This record gives sequence, C-alpha cells and structure tokens, in this order.
Amino acid sequence: MSKHTLVSPVVIIGAGHAGGAAAFELRRAGFAGPVVLLGAEAHGPYQRPPLSKAWLKGDASPEDIWLRDQAWYAEADVELRLKTQVVAIDRQEQVVTLEGGEALPYGQLILATGVRSRPLPLPGHALAGIYQLRDLSDAEALKAALAQAETVTLVGGGYIGLEVAAVARSQGKAVRVLEADNRLMRRTASAELAAHMARVHSQRDVDLRLGAQVVSFDGTDHVEGVTLANGETLPTDLVIVAVGAVANDDLARDAGLACDQGVVVDAQARTEDPHIFAIGDVAVRPFDTGPVRLESVHNALEQAKQVAAHITGRPLPRLSAPWFWSDQYDQKIQIAGLMRPGLRPVVRQDGQQGPLSVFHLAGQQLVCVEAVNAPADYMAGKLMLEKGVPVRADQLADVGQDLRTLLQPA
Amino acid sequence: MTKIIYHDPQGKTHDIDVKPGQSVMEGAVRHAIPGIDADCGGACACATCHVHIKPDWWDKVGAPNPMEQSMLDFADNVTEHSRLSCQITVSEALEGLEVTIPEA
Repeated sequence: MSKHTLVSPVVIIGAGHAGGAAAFELRRAGFAGPVVLLGAEAHGPYQRPPLSKAWLKGDASPEDIWLRDQAWYAEADVELRLKTQVVAIDRQEQVVTLEGGEALPYGQLILATGVRSRPLPLPGHALAGIYQLRDLSDAEALKAALAQAETVTLVGGGYIGLEVAAVARSQGKAVRVLEADNRLMRRTASAELAAHMARVHSQRDVDLRLGAQVVSFDGTDHVEGVTLANGETLPTDLVIVAVGAVANDDLARDAGLACDQGVVVDAQARTEDPHIFAIGDVAVRPFDTGPVRLESVHNALEQAKQVAAHITGRPLPRLSAPWFWSDQYDQKIQIAGLMRPGLRPVVRQDGQQGPLSVFHLAGQQLVCVEAVNAPADYMAGKLMLEKGVPVRADQLADVGQDLRTLLQPA
Repeated sequence: MTKIIYHDPQGKTHDIDVKPGQSVMEGAVRHAIPGIDADCGGACACATCHVHIKPDWWDKVGAPNPMEQSMLDFADNVTEHSRLSCQITVSEALEGLEVTIPEA
C-alpha cells in the first residue's frame, strides 16, 4: 500500500445492491482514489429481487445473479472485503473499526447497510422449518426446504410473502397466506391493487386468510402447525415469516447520526456529517409528504449516483420517480410514484379481467400509478409523474384513450 | 462463450465473451459497459437496457414480444431495430452479434 495517497479513501459499508452500485458509479464518474467495499455476507454484490421470484424456483446458481463479474473488482481497483463486520464509526478521527480491531481511515463514508427481516418472536419461533428471506443464504436454505415441503404457510401478505407464495404454488405446493390486516400490502399498495392480487392468489387456490393473527408456531423440534388468535391450528410443513424489515441503522445511531427507523438523509443522500452518506434501504429520505424509507432497487441506484456525483464534484443526476416492480405468476406489477392515503383512485381496465391499472390523483396531478400486465400504462404514468403533466380522470379511465397523446404538449 | 460486440454511447466498442444462457443485458452489465443501467435486473420492467440491433442481425434476433414493445413505445431514441437487451438470450447462434447502445 502506498504511504501517501493523493485522494483519501471512500469506504462503503455494505456490499449489497446500493453499496455495489456506489462503487461502480464512483469509478464510472472517474473517482481515482481508493474504494473499499465492506460486505458482511460471503458474496459480493448480487441482485436481490430474484431471490423471492425466479431464482427461488430455478436451478440458477449464485453466479447467475452477480451484479458484476468477480474480476471487475480487481480490474477497477475496488477492494472488496467479504465476511467483514464493522463494529464502530469514529466520526472525529474518520475511521471505521472492523471486528477484530482493524481500523480503516476514510475521507468519505457511505452507509449502505440495508435492512434485516423483522422478527416475529412468538412462542415456537425458533423451531426448525421457520424461514425468513433477505439474503442469498436465506434463499438457498429456503429453496432446499421448499423442495421437501408439501404444505407451505406464509406469514405476511406483503410483496415478499406474495412472491414466495406464487413460487410455492407454481411448484404445486398447498399454500396458505396469513395476513393480520384485513387487506394485503397495506404499507405499499392501494386497496384496488390489493384486492386484485387477493383475487389472483385465490383463483390459483392459495388459501388466503385476511385478519388472521398468528399467536404461536407449534411443534416439538420442527414446525408442524400455526395457531391463530381465533384458536384454530393450521398444519404446515414449512413457515416463511415475511412481516417487513428493520433498518440496520445501529452503527449510525451509535455514531450519533440522526436516525428514525433508518439513517436520516437529505434529498441528495447526505447525512448531517459532511463526510458521511447513507443510501439504499437503510436511508430515510425526504419526499413532498414527509420522510420515507424506500426498499427498492431504483432508490439504491439513484442514491448511489447522487453520492458518486457529490464525491467527484460532478453535476447531480436528474431525479426520477420512485418505481418498483413485482412478478407473481403471470402478473407483472409495475408501480411508479409513492402511494399515500387520501388520493383519488382512477381504474383503467377493459372489463373485469385482463390488464389493470390504477392511477392515483391529487386534483389534476398524478401521484402514483399501479399497473398489472399494463406496461404502456405504467410507462405513460411514470412520464406523467416526471413531467408533472396535468391529467384528467375521465381520460385515464377511458381504455380507448391512447395515453401517449396525453403526454404531448398541448 | 459467445462474443457480443457492444458499441457504447461514446462510440467505444467492447468485444465481450458472454456465457450462453445469459442475456445481452447481463453481458453488458457484468462488464460495466456504459449506457446499460438495467435497473430492474432483467424483468422487462424498466426499459433502461435499450439497444439498437445491427440491421443484418435483426432476423436472427427477432422482434420484441407485445410486453417489450409496450415498454419500447415509451423509450427515447427508438428505431425499427430497437430491443430491450434483457429480453435477448445469448446462444451460439448470436456469435458476433453487434448492438449499439443509444444515448439515454
């Protein structure tokens, strides 16, 4: 190692999608100083979305979802250190301490520590056969367990729960989804989309139970059943608990950075410390209606680009509308914008079946579009959001109306 | 390995050996070729992996399916030889395929 480096190092804590993208974007932006990418897992950056979708049912290997060839890191002079835990950040000295005591100095620090699965510490939660899904090792364990199971119970009717339910159903398993709320996807989707997806799963013989509060997992060594608050016990071979995520903001909090269920940043991914950024799932960023912690690839990539621009003194990238997608059976869900209560839903659907989109309006402004097997509606909606084009509910609802014409300047 | 030739938006050419079975998008992303972001990772959900197929190759590569076409209808710099590179699976038949990555 050289004794004097011209440019002080960028240290990235977390080698997931966000952390990996930060390293790529720094090099793409021409950053010439040292880049150290610290990952807790045994794998370098990989695609996380497939873990609950195609990857889970296929025979693909971890290499198939790598973000970059392993050789790229050496070629780009990015020091990728795996199975590495950071235990402390010293903001005064600008040093991070690793487990084992090694100290790494930083000029700029990027927190990309992500989230962990929210635990459900009910009686019996430590039985074998109960899984959560967050990283590749979780997915490998779950894939093996699914191969042995005939009856699968999902606890939680959010995206991960529903995606895994779709995978298990397509493998011919008997699948049950238990959601404590009286609808699916409360936090992220509209009532209209939630009702549509409830129909989709029910039509494929998923035993979908809303308002189903789990009180215990039953069994001696291995889980054999799940008991609900109404006293009913449902037998199962396998349980997947998918009840949301908790931000890995402990290091930041211990270092005295502002945290509110995630590391608080501004619209450009900066924390209050001029040498520290936070990006990806762990960051809580401001939007018009308040701070939001977004768990999406788009968010991770956008913030990675912002940080690379800051560090290299380049112009900041133009912000685009937050977006998200999910695949369940033959249903491709695409969402742009942020759903919130109090919006006017406008449904666009030809009859009762087939593609569905829901445009959510505040006055004449589109706030969010949710599209199922309707990519053109999604793309049109995303552009309407980004351009701030005023919209009319009657035109959006009219399936005979070509949405592209609404994007033309009047 | 199958050689795919990428012309990036700056006019630079990259000859990349891509594993058959991977997509043209994956070949680009894994080797950090500029201009293909592939935000969705290959789910045909974002249109950030748009390429122009060299016309001689069009018949071999084939036309987009309706889902992909709908995404392309809203992309920038679309030509009659536009495809989303995540939807093109590399096979030996595509040895030497040339694609150009348009300006975003």
